[in-house]
Amino acid sequence: MSFVTVNNVIIKGMAACVPVDVYDNLSYEHVTVSERELFIKTTGIKERRVANERTSTSDMCFEPAKQLIDKLNWDKSEIDIVIFVTQSPDYFIPGSAVILQDKLGFKKSCLAFDINLGCSGYVYGLYVLGNLLSSGQLKKGLLLVGDKSTVSTSYTDKSAYPLFGDAGSATALEFNTSAEPMYFNLSSDGSGKDAIIIEHGGSRHGIQDDTFDLVDIEPGVQRAKRHLKLDGIDIFNFALREVPSNVNELYHLAQKNITDTDYFVFHQANKLINESVRKKLKITDTRKVPYSINQYGNTSSASIPLTMVTQLAEELSSKKQTLCLSGFGVGYSWGSAIIDLENIICLPLIEI
Amino acid sequence: MISVEEFTEQLAAEFEDVEPNTVFPDTNYRDIKNWSSMYALIIIAFIDANFDVQLNAENLKATQTVRDLYDIVCQKMNA
Repeated sequence: MSFVTVNNVIIKGMAACVPVDVYDNLSYEHVTVSERELFIKTTGIKERRVANERTSTSDMCFEPAKQLIDKLNWDKSEIDIVIFVTQSPDYFIPGSAVILQDKLGFKKSCLAFDINLGCSGYVYGLYVLGNLLSSGQLKKGLLLVGDKSTVSTSYTDKSAYPLFGDAGSATALEFNTSAEPMYFNLSSDGSGKDAIIIEHGGSRHGIQDDTFDLVDIEPGVQRAKRHLKLDGIDIFNFALREVPSNVNELYHLAQKNITDTDYFVFHQANKLINESVRKKLKITDTRKVPYSINQYGNTSSASIPLTMVTQLAEELSSKKQTLCLSGFGVGYSWGSAIIDLENIICLPLIEI
Repeated sequence: MISVEEFTEQLAAEFEDVEPNTVFPDTNYRDIKNWSSMYALIIIAFIDANFDVQLNAENLKATQTVRDLYDIVCQKMNA
């Protein structure tokens, strides 16, 4: 547990982006029709967006970043820092934030670096960027968060392929001494590293003779070492064990009341997990727990901003709202936040 | 704790298209019609929601019948 606060920083605006290509899980011919129906009913994932081979993760963040800056009337020369959170960077090197600094036309004195986190990445990213802005030495910053998870999944792996969608997002933060505090409770447990992992391709195992060989793991699950592996039971147990207690502890330490929260925006893992977490938190009003998973799938690091933009745009852009955010998954890494948003700029969903 | 018969009835209701009186305490739950690995997650969610007990992968591996599941839930509730 690490309970921390960020002062003097407000969220000014948000935008999110998905690829235009829709994949319908009812058409996933690797499994039987009844399995497809059960998958959709249980996970809530009917459709997902899949980026084509020419579209990278940074492309899905470039467009929302560009349009958001325009809409905010921010001068590009005022942007002091850009942070990019992803586990599917454009290249092994260089980092994607640096590429976007140039592509977006930001000054050379702009700080730019990547953070390697997935499902928890939006919450962590808000904390890191918020902290770096809170002293007032840097005034304006952009948090870019996205993943092209579909580049790593195997079509013949029913435990991963139909889960993931691609998406990117941009969130604009600014130093402001009248801001309400943001509260965070952040945690890590690397003993869960094997629950979601791409085993080959990095400096541990590199690319070997068998990196691309498809291997039968169990019925319906065939993948190579280059592919993303996901252990659903371990992740489910991790989420039930850690997420509700993390959120409850956050409210306790922040001395806030869970009933004063307008919306709970959870990482869109799958509906079975998220509903179990909701019930454990005793949130009975389901309107307070928005979902984007039915249309966009599990969009990894982008799932929280994508859900905010697609489900809460009207509320966020017209009044003051208190939100609880919670991201959890790969690592294991997880964290939750209580933040206030008031009349932010929230662009309509961008498709590329 | 409810009886093993009630437990069986509730668990069977989690499965799609299961005809009445086809699932019994000594049924191997992996033999229930249209079984798929997704049901492992559904069973974990069902047991967590109704009995506040968490089953892990090893617990599931060690069980065959509905009664085995019931026994492990009782055991964990009393622990």
